[in-house]
Amino acid sequence: MPDFVLYALIAGIGVAAVMGSIGVFVVWRRMAYFGDTLAHSALLGIGLGFFVGIDINFGIVGVCLSIAVGMVYLRRQRYLAEDTLLGILAHASLALGLVVISFLSSLRVDLMSYLFGDILAVTLTDIAWVYGGGSIALGVLAWLWKDLVSITVHEDLAQVEGVNIFRIQIAFMMLFALVIAIAMKIVGILLVTSLLIIPAAAARRFARTPEQMAVFAAIAGSIAVALGLQGSLQWDLPSGPAIVVAATIVYAASLAIPMRQNAR
Amino acid sequence: MPEDPFTTPEILISGTGISAKYGGRSVLHDIDIAVSRNEFVTLIGPNGSGKTTLVRMLLGLEKPATGVINTAANMRVGYSPQSLAIDPTLPLSVGRFLKLSGVSETIRLEEVLNSVGAPAVLNQEVRLLSGGEQKRVMLARALLGDPDLLVLDEPTANLDIHGRTEFYKLIGTIRDEQACGILLVSHDLDLVMSSTDKVVCINGHVCCSGKPDAVSQNPAYLDLFGEAASRVAVYRHHHEHNHA
Repeated sequence: MPDFVLYALIAGIGVAAVMGSIGVFVVWRRMAYFGDTLAHSALLGIGLGFFVGIDINFGIVGVCLSIAVGMVYLRRQRYLAEDTLLGILAHASLALGLVVISFLSSLRVDLMSYLFGDILAVTLTDIAWVYGGGSIALGVLAWLWKDLVSITVHEDLAQVEGVNIFRIQIAFMMLFALVIAIAMKIVGILLVTSLLIIPAAAARRFARTPEQMAVFAAIAGSIAVALGLQGSLQWDLPSGPAIVVAATIVYAASLAIPMRQNAR
Repeated sequence: MPEDPFTTPEILISGTGISAKYGGRSVLHDIDIAVSRNEFVTLIGPNGSGKTTLVRMLLGLEKPATGVINTAANMRVGYSPQSLAIDPTLPLSVGRFLKLSGVSETIRLEEVLNSVGAPAVLNQEVRLLSGGEQKRVMLARALLGDPDLLVLDEPTANLDIHGRTEFYKLIGTIRDEQACGILLVSHDLDLVMSSTDKVVCINGHVCCSGKPDAVSQNPAYLDLFGEAASRVAVYRHHHEHNHA
């Protein structure tokens, strides 16, 4: 196996494991559109990163974090419905990102690789980002886990029982931003939400506890990455979309298997 | 003169002069309410009267615009919200739901489920429970923390008349066994009237409050609940005659 394929596989599986574990909360908390918004805003992070001349990963994390924290506050205002707010933020930041990048005409920015990912160009540095950032993300997730499940079941009840909702929400948003920044390199801005949502959806039918669902989602995501890469090499497909298609096939296959139901 | 500790009720929670505003519109105005240990207080009022807002403020989930809320030191609160809306993609057994309260011993979970009359649901999925079972499981979670004050927000909203009667009986038993205070939000005028110690009727402000019999005769109460109330009043009246 050539090095670049091995790198791609290692990075892809790392991303899929992290995305799957966080993705279950995105599904349970109905935050798919929020994930999209963060992903779109990553392009602004890339633009600003180039513009200011810092590592674009820091630019992405910075912008995603600002958007995430901004959403927590904006949501409390209740002037606009949440999906409207998210729509404004998503498209404004994507457009603004494109505008900023267009200013940098001296620089050749490969827009396509940011929009759709370029897993076959993954370097050792990228792998370090994926596994370093990914371990931090999973560590934080494990630390927040019980409180996150609790506020997902019922926010008021969790708060009465002593969970600091605001702190948990902010921490989760930051985690979310970090994960998006890590993952967009692999599948790209426009497809990043799919790695959060589709493996988690595929895992639902087999899981009997929240933890099982997270583990199964991580596995389903890893399978999708391996299948997508295989397809990409064999038929010369664009790798990001091939991974998403593979994830969709894994999901479709999960529907064909009869669901285990608790006897009542 | 020192007060006798055995006759002075231990006030668990009190709100004084509570008012609330939503977008400039006043939804609560100068509300006084208190719950003591061993007391079963029922909060009634029509839809939009501010019941849920008041309860949220007493629980510390929202801040009142004006007014003071005092709670007894180290008071443990058990809360049963109006409903659970667990996403169907979240696999959650009753046992797991109960463990979120921080109590994890299975024996204790089974014991509490038994006490609320839902003994065999520990391993079932919460979202597959019937309405009545779900209410009992929510009550069980509220009881797990061994509460001093139990706050129940419309615990019988989706139950039929039989289920409601059963549920109020259960709450009465719990009050006696746990020696806690109970604050219950309800719509069920006639059923609540027979089991509660005190009724507070609000509609933005406190219309009237006191013993159920007194409240059910109160003109402000009759005004607010009209037809339904007069039926209760007549029923109570009739009931008293039987015993006279």
